[in-house]
Amino acid sequence: MASHSAVLSMSKIISPFWGGRLGNTVKVFGTTLTSRRNKTFHAGENIPPPAKYGGRHTVTLIPGDGIGPELLTHVREVFRFSCVPVDFEVVHVNSAVETEDDINNAITAIRRNGVALKGNIETKHTMPPSVKSRNNLLRTSLDLFANVMHCQSLPGVQTRHKNIDIMIIRENTEGEYSSLEHESVSGVVESLKIITRSSSLRIADYAFRLAREKGRRRVTAVHKANIMKLGDGLFLQCCREVASGYPDITFDSMIVDNTTMQLVSKPQQFDVMVMPNLYGNVVSNVCAGLVGGPGLVPGANYGRDYAVFETATRNTGKSIADRNIANPTAMLLASCMMLDHLKLNGYASVIRNAVLTTMNETR
Amino acid sequence: MTPGSAVSVRVLKPVFSSRLPRPPPARYGGRHTVTLIPGDGIEPELANHVRELSVDFEVVNVDSTMASEDDINNAIMAIRRNGVALKGNIETNHNLPPSYKSRNNLLRTTLDLYANVMHCQSLPGVRTRHRNIDIMIIRENTEGEYSSLEHENVPGVVECLKIITRTKSLRIADYAFRTAREKGRRQVTAVHKANIMKLGDGLFLECCKEVASGYPEINFDSMIVDNTTMQLVSRPQQFDVMVMPNLYGNVVSNVCAGLVGGPGLVPGANYGEDYAVFETGTRNTGKSIANRNTANPTAMLLASCLLLDHLKLHAYASMIRRAILTTVTETRLHTADLGGQGSTSEVVQSIMNAVQSTGPRTLSI
Repeated sequence: MASHSAVLSMSKIISPFWGGRLGNTVKVFGTTLTSRRNKTFHAGENIPPPAKYGGRHTVTLIPGDGIGPELLTHVREVFRFSCVPVDFEVVHVNSAVETEDDINNAITAIRRNGVALKGNIETKHTMPPSVKSRNNLLRTSLDLFANVMHCQSLPGVQTRHKNIDIMIIRENTEGEYSSLEHESVSGVVESLKIITRSSSLRIADYAFRLAREKGRRRVTAVHKANIMKLGDGLFLQCCREVASGYPDITFDSMIVDNTTMQLVSKPQQFDVMVMPNLYGNVVSNVCAGLVGGPGLVPGANYGRDYAVFETATRNTGKSIADRNIANPTAMLLASCMMLDHLKLNGYASVIRNAVLTTMNETR
Repeated sequence: MTPGSAVSVRVLKPVFSSRLPRPPPARYGGRHTVTLIPGDGIEPELANHVRELSVDFEVVNVDSTMASEDDINNAIMAIRRNGVALKGNIETNHNLPPSYKSRNNLLRTTLDLYANVMHCQSLPGVRTRHRNIDIMIIRENTEGEYSSLEHENVPGVVECLKIITRTKSLRIADYAFRTAREKGRRQVTAVHKANIMKLGDGLFLECCKEVASGYPEINFDSMIVDNTTMQLVSRPQQFDVMVMPNLYGNVVSNVCAGLVGGPGLVPGANYGEDYAVFETGTRNTGKSIANRNTANPTAMLLASCLLLDHLKLHAYASMIRRAILTTVTETRLHTADLGGQGSTSEVVQSIMNAVQSTGPRTLSI
């Protein structure tokens, strides 16, 4: 089987460094291995030391709230049925408590396994502001800096727009989601939006590398630099710098309000889009709406060392939970992306084809 | 409109009153004076078309390439004098240094035009993917992400401040509910991102809820901005009146403008305590189509109708509005952005013909 030879070749590479059994040493020295990789900008090929025991991968599973648990149960069913060599380590995160133990356990599990599949964890508005969004905490602690969403029109789904094929790359760790707010004067709240050169360069580099790998022709940066001159101006400048190193790819930029208007009238003009956090949130939701809704699009969060897969629009879907009406497509396609990441491409294509066949039979 | 009554008394009212106090009208011999700021791009030509109305225009040019603020200060003074303005968008060049503030933003904050109102309606003659859209978007116009407060303490790390204050949030929420009540609307939706920006958007949401309790006949609900945009592209008919802070307002109003047919169709209005400035809803400079007679004049002409309504010249406003609708429904006379072949001047000519055939008092064309 492919996985056995993969394990064998992996152990040949790793054993000179560790001289011990593959499984345990990788688990213990996992962090050291990654620190030896001093090359900072790596995408896609940077697989964490695989948590493979006897040819089976271990993946962290975080059910989350709302429709997450039922969808992930279905994913497990499908995997079991297809004999996919993946074991799930389930970690529950309770969004109703104020302590951060749950999410810290989840983060430790992901560090151990390297890969995770998660449902969305609800962020209750009623809790005090010191309780940070659990999803956000997960993304920043693991430094999952790139959120990648591929929106494609599916043939069997009726939508108002056809032939959409947009790849959205969104900065995932800074921007408006820093959770840095304060109320110096009562009645006046200041929220800080942070843009840094290093994060912007990193995400721009990721975007261009991905565009090149997938053979894409154009990258569009979405910004609001006419108003936020320093912040988005810095982001735009970093994108331009990186673009100069990729002469085969066309680079242009567009202001976010014009972008959203173009998206609802002529979405076919966009190819790859890169943007900071908040605009990414809005634009990815618009695109998800254009191709058929939140139940169809999978999303992936990549970091240097870890990868977490989920539905692209991160809905908890509490109003439709436990009613057997949620659309499992997004979660199943996300699990296919995970299988691709683990290099189990055979299984990934089998499941993906099955999902698409079912979608296209509009019954 | 009586020619003799050139004097009007301005009553000073407290902040949250039921009607916005009108500035003393700049009326001389029955003709109003309105400040006109042509701006850049397509606006100067459209402004020319608007001049054929029964209003005198005081033209103030603002040069967006100069670094001094004299031009915009002159414009602001003219607006203070006249109380009302019609403007095109003034370009904000990215290449100028960051100390150079956006002229449009400066105008809005100096005159405290706190409410940006945009009414998106599906027009019968325009083919769009969605039908029966009727959304009123009320957007806070002076604070939020547009404070232009940014600094770089450490090289390579920029902090932008987004300011949300209680007073302004209460004010815009009150404006939204009052407008909804006046227009007989049933539902107000607040758009926010309070799950991430708990203090900031949390404060905004709280203020909206407070104001909502004083308007029991109007339903109030809230929606997170990402879900809102997704709902807008799939089912926009569910929205009635929406109120939101500055940046979300920018994005949502552009999405809605795209849904009803594009930036050439929707007018926008900026209201303050004392002043009102009218412009196109999506504030595009349209530099790529300037001076080519292909711009869509509808948005600017509808904005001027809003201006006439504000000046209480309702008869003229409805006359022109009817003429515009007649022209738009004759689908042959669409400009390029709507998929037609007409030029700007053709469309304007047709509108003027329609006005002449219905109204008694027009200049000879």
